Amino acid sequence: MWKIVRQIARAGIRTEAPPFATGEDSPVAVERIQKEILDILGQALAIRQVDAGSCNGCELEIHALNNPYYNLEGLGIRFVASPRHADMLLVTGPVSRNMEMALRRTYEATPEPRLVVAVGDCGCTGGIFGESYATCGAVANVLPVDATVPGCPPPPIEIMRGILSAVRRRR
Amino acid sequence: MATIEALNFQLERLPAPLPLWRAGVDAFQWVAAARAMAQAGGRLVSLWGCDRSLGPATALAVSAAYAVKEGMVWLDLALGERDTAYPDLAGIFPFAARMQRATADLLGIAAQGSEDGRPWLNHGAWPEGYFPLRRDATSGVGSMSPQPVRDYPFVPVEGDGVHEIPVGPVHAGIIEPGHFRFSVVGEKVLRLEQRLGYTHKGIEQRFTRLAPLEAHKLAGRVSGDSTVAFAWAYCMALESAAGCDVPERAQWLRALLLERERVANHLGDLGALGNDAALAFGLAQFSRLREDWLRLSGEAFGHRLMMDRVVPGGVAGDVDAAMRRRLQHQCDAIEAEVRALEAIYESHAGLQDRFATTGIVAPQLAAQLGLAGLAGRASGQPADLRCDQSWAPYERLRVKAAVRQNGDVAARVAVRFEETLESLRLIREICHSLPEGPLRGAVELPRKAATGAGWIEGWRGEVFVALELGADAGIRRCHCHDPSWQNWPVLEHAVIGNIVPDFPLINKSFNLSYSGHDL
Repeated sequence: MWKIVRQIARAGIRTEAPPFATGEDSPVAVERIQKEILDILGQALAIRQVDAGSCNGCELEIHALNNPYYNLEGLGIRFVASPRHADMLLVTGPVSRNMEMALRRTYEATPEPRLVVAVGDCGCTGGIFGESYATCGAVANVLPVDATVPGCPPPPIEIMRGILSAVRRRR
Repeated sequence: MATIEALNFQLERLPAPLPLWRAGVDAFQWVAAARAMAQAGGRLVSLWGCDRSLGPATALAVSAAYAVKEGMVWLDLALGERDTAYPDLAGIFPFAARMQRATADLLGIAAQGSEDGRPWLNHGAWPEGYFPLRRDATSGVGSMSPQPVRDYPFVPVEGDGVHEIPVGPVHAGIIEPGHFRFSVVGEKVLRLEQRLGYTHKGIEQRFTRLAPLEAHKLAGRVSGDSTVAFAWAYCMALESAAGCDVPERAQWLRALLLERERVANHLGDLGALGNDAALAFGLAQFSRLREDWLRLSGEAFGHRLMMDRVVPGGVAGDVDAAMRRRLQHQCDAIEAEVRALEAIYESHAGLQDRFATTGIVAPQLAAQLGLAGLAGRASGQPADLRCDQSWAPYERLRVKAAVRQNGDVAARVAVRFEETLESLRLIREICHSLPEGPLRGAVELPRKAATGAGWIEGWRGEVFVALELGADAGIRRCHCHDPSWQNWPVLEHAVIGNIVPDFPLINKSFNLSYSGHDL
């Protein structure tokens, strides 16, 4: 146990200021973002991530949002296991035809008001895979999309920005 | 291990950095070769089909790639004009079954005598008579009305108290989509059956519509976590088909990228494995190290996951002496952290209780089912291309393969720790001994039909790319193979007799690719 405690103490706190807070004191910015989310949604933001056919590159960067540097949960934003608990769907694509129905059903299972953020070039436009017998291309071809985050894959900081811009659109 | 003498055909050596041979066979030799390989311990690496029709006559073919002691043998069975069947290999190599089913979905050629005729990649979203890899196949946009996906006939398990748990395709975590059907009694798993193909996005058809000098980008998106491995394998195949050389410095830089990809993935997995056994501390620590690692990759190569850095003929960018020193220093820092965390993992009773004897694949079963790569090495299968067929620059680096015999989650964790430390050594060595010279050689596309192959030990295992260029210098066929094809079926065996809550842990310890498999 003491080894674990020592390692935690040695590593220290690595969390960085969120990207929306340039020039501001970080605890203040964090509070502001939390308040903003509460004002708009009336609760902490719960996200259900749906891989609708990605190459898994975007998933790697979405995972990184939970690491101590970005500390997404510290902002009151967390990933949940079921769409029924979610306010937002974070969808990566291209939407494969084999996932189209599962994506629609996930969307229908998400309570309103629901937000959809398309992450990655493929989710935004179909990317290098385009549209074909096997893919529907962009997420917007299947669901109404509130915000897009281009990039292949977009770095975690851009995904954070995209999440917040979708929340702000609800205002 | 099987040797090349086990096959007495005329073999043509392909010009590639790794020893690769190719031969045309007839249906009798197709089966005889598979038997000889299975008996002598050769590995079936991949099985795929191809449509080589030029005019109105159909010219379909099926190919198999075997790993032998000396390298790889690619056997090609051309089918007759009216033939749409070839002899089944699943009776000899069980994991060939899914590759044969995928070939049937993509090309309409079936393995004769195979027990499982269910579709694999086609879930019903495209019409049954549409074969996307046939020469006459349209891309399907607009011309194809969307169809509802069909139910899949899972194999039922019957008996007192048996019930089914369906999971997926949308999973609870941030992972790729796939469906798992568990048949359980109480907490105990009697049977797991997977249904994959959800991320099938028509990659192999897409290849045929891209220019050969651009298609490395698509190869780099077959499986995002193995972008370097696939891009290198594709470029190796293209360079071998074009008969061009890669400058020495570029070869070393490719190895630098590949080893950094290995470390990045192992760091991520080691954290996730701790987390899946309820040690959130492990995830916090390792995800911090992974982030440090990705950030320096971003600085050094311009991309956190190092996508599009391996390009035809060489690499996209250089690493100067100052950056090499930073990379070396980072290896020292990460090594100290990884060793400290390894000591914590090893002495943590709760963690070891979950890891040890969970999800066992005994070496004998691993050999029989063809368990590949990292998971194979944790089950006593020592294959590692970097040691067995050490191509440049690995012949100078003398990689030590990490092998364990227990075949449980603990063994797959131990292999990851050992490989991480070995890769850190390799990265330091590469930074230290990087030869001078150009970064990229010219790739001149051949003016006639040509064939090439690429074979790389990615972090998960061996990835393989078979490339056929047409006379018009376009891509006629590009087949990408991820070791997940071998390992997914073995995962079904690994969970038998375990409890349902251990499945996420066992699954993570394999960490297989859905996208790399579904293509």
